[in-house]
Amino acid sequence: MILALTNATLVCPIGGITKGNLLIRDGVVVATGLVEIPADAQTIDCAGKTLAPGIVDLGVAKIDRAAFRAGGIVRVGLMPDQSPVLDDPGIVQRAALIGKPDLWIHPIAAATQALAGHDLAEMAVCLSAGARAVGTGKGWIADSGVMHRVLAYARDLDIAVVTHAEDGGLTAGAVATAGETATRLGLPAAPAIAEALAIARDLMLAEDTGARLHIRQVTTAASFDLIRAAKRRGVAVTCGITPAHLHLSDIAVSDFRSFAHLSPPLRSESDRQAALAAVADGTIDVICSAHDPRGPEEKRLPFADSSAGMAGAETLLPLALMLVRDERVTLSRLFALLSRNPAAVLGLDTGTLEVGKPADLLLFDDQAPWQITGDAFAASANNTPFDGLPVQGKVLRVWKGGREI
Amino acid sequence: MQRSDHRPATLIEGGAVFPHRHLTGIDGLQPHEIAFLLDEAETWVEANRTHATPDKRLAGLTQINAFFENSTRTLLSFEIAGKRLGADVVNMHAAQSSVKKGETLIDTAMTLNAMRADVIVIRHMASGAVRLIADKVDCPVLNAGDGRHEHPTQALLDALTIRRRRGSIAGQRVVICGDVLHSRVARSNILALTALAAEVRVCAPSTLMPAAIHKMGVTPFTDFDAALEGADVVMMLRLQNERMDGAYVPSTREYRMRYGLTLERLARAAPDALVMHPGPMNRGVEIDSAVADHARSAITEQVEMGVAVRMACLDVLTRRARGVEGWA
Repeated sequence: MILALTNATLVCPIGGITKGNLLIRDGVVVATGLVEIPADAQTIDCAGKTLAPGIVDLGVAKIDRAAFRAGGIVRVGLMPDQSPVLDDPGIVQRAALIGKPDLWIHPIAAATQALAGHDLAEMAVCLSAGARAVGTGKGWIADSGVMHRVLAYARDLDIAVVTHAEDGGLTAGAVATAGETATRLGLPAAPAIAEALAIARDLMLAEDTGARLHIRQVTTAASFDLIRAAKRRGVAVTCGITPAHLHLSDIAVSDFRSFAHLSPPLRSESDRQAALAAVADGTIDVICSAHDPRGPEEKRLPFADSSAGMAGAETLLPLALMLVRDERVTLSRLFALLSRNPAAVLGLDTGTLEVGKPADLLLFDDQAPWQITGDAFAASANNTPFDGLPVQGKVLRVWKGGREI
Repeated sequence: MQRSDHRPATLIEGGAVFPHRHLTGIDGLQPHEIAFLLDEAETWVEANRTHATPDKRLAGLTQINAFFENSTRTLLSFEIAGKRLGADVVNMHAAQSSVKKGETLIDTAMTLNAMRADVIVIRHMASGAVRLIADKVDCPVLNAGDGRHEHPTQALLDALTIRRRRGSIAGQRVVICGDVLHSRVARSNILALTALAAEVRVCAPSTLMPAAIHKMGVTPFTDFDAALEGADVVMMLRLQNERMDGAYVPSTREYRMRYGLTLERLARAAPDALVMHPGPMNRGVEIDSAVADHARSAITEQVEMGVAVRMACLDVLTRRARGVEGWA
């Protein structure tokens, strides 16, 4: 049977923005645009609202189905720092299967055993169990020799290495970026160059090995300069960022707001401006939620004792749409950042509305206004640094493989 | 007795002079509010010296000193201040408390609150911890030091000492030297002294200097001799032992060579410069005994002012609850 989504504004990272219909058969997109609707098709009138590829959220810390559904997220790349760590085929396979059919979880397996940064993990075995990439988790591999071998080995397997870029020596014990806010509050802080320092090394190692490197969150001007230059040299590097680092600076930490305690920490206003420029010029490839719900037992603590992280899944789309409204990116490019590019990092042929691709779809009203209220979240915790912010853009319906969820 | 000229003439007497419920820091206080607390403290200095008729204005009130971090002098000072005013003072030491058993800070705060304290004095090792507790309890909270963040009563007692010895704070060139990075005393003093129009210089090796400290309105120095030129007040900070063995400075010997306050160094400051130290001192490291015991040293006077300042803060913060006229 054919499912016809009619009268939609179709947004495709490849095809651009068109008005028309989208036909689905057997969970696959079979036609788009001003196509005729078969008589026996089941029809859903989209009433002119926006139909886009479902969001692929690269690098979530927890499986939080309700939050992903509410945020229009149909696939997630799951961070390896789970309990137990994703370094064993049994654990990887379980993670890869438990979300189906509504949510497809693509595990990012640990690059080193137990994420300890010493011995190579069984990457190929984990791939066969369903992993789509390997990663360093929330940590950094301090030993350059180990990192070199991780990248070389991953290159053989043609998978991306997803890294967290902060030089551990500089960031040891730090919970904020060195600057006026951290100084006034008396918070342990690390200089922002901790990020560029880590990235400079990993770019050289990636260049030397020919490996694919994806830096999950890049947040400083110096880092963007390094990545821009590396891309020009042909290094296979991609990078991501969260809406928090695009819309907030370290001033949000004032009053010891632990909901603004993130890793990497919020940066200076000039770094935030550099991030906006890097989104606009194409240096940034992926926007992710870094969804990491943390309850009061981990957040209602003195700032330095609280856990880093934010519940970001439900606010990812409206906060990303602010970039379109501010004319930093076009709407179709936004869905390259939210869907197609993260899918490509994971080696998935999805994230567009092209014919033949999985019918992973998101219908949203890009105008609908609402106010972010942590207490009303579907997520398992309400730790958003954006609490109270008025936004526009509401998820209406979501399909995974042609099936509404 | 000296009165401050900072208070706006238009300000009515009573509670409007100091509208804050807690004292979590110097941050957020107006210059005239700081001056008001200093004026109030002045009256207690005289009373403490003359052993005048006891003034038990806090009689019947319960003051809990909740110290999550070890302290001798600050705890003693708050205890004496409370007892001089007639409060029932109870001390809670972290070592003896359920905090060790894993109770969260908020639960501890709720417990103290349920015991119907009338004022809680808190010291904690984490920056921002006191503000977190202040949001959860019904009574006034006094910050006795939170991590590297603030130590407001120390800044007030230092300001009072300077005002009494130098006549004024405005225009004084104050050098704060030592571990500025880890020091809540330095932060609160910077806020209080710059608010009262002093010229503040901070001096430390770069390993112990916070980034962007100049944004707080001070001039940073790494050369102590240069910082001391023409100083009216030299405030030394304590260097923790564990930071002297290579982590932040190579050795105590090298630290003393570059940042120890000796009589020879002090000669660079103004001839009548005041020497201060929040204690406890590392004699022979950041300060030589000859300087600490010098006539220009105000170190014991700081301790004396500490009791007066804490009496003033306890009195002012409980006025609303006690129904003092104009405050209730």
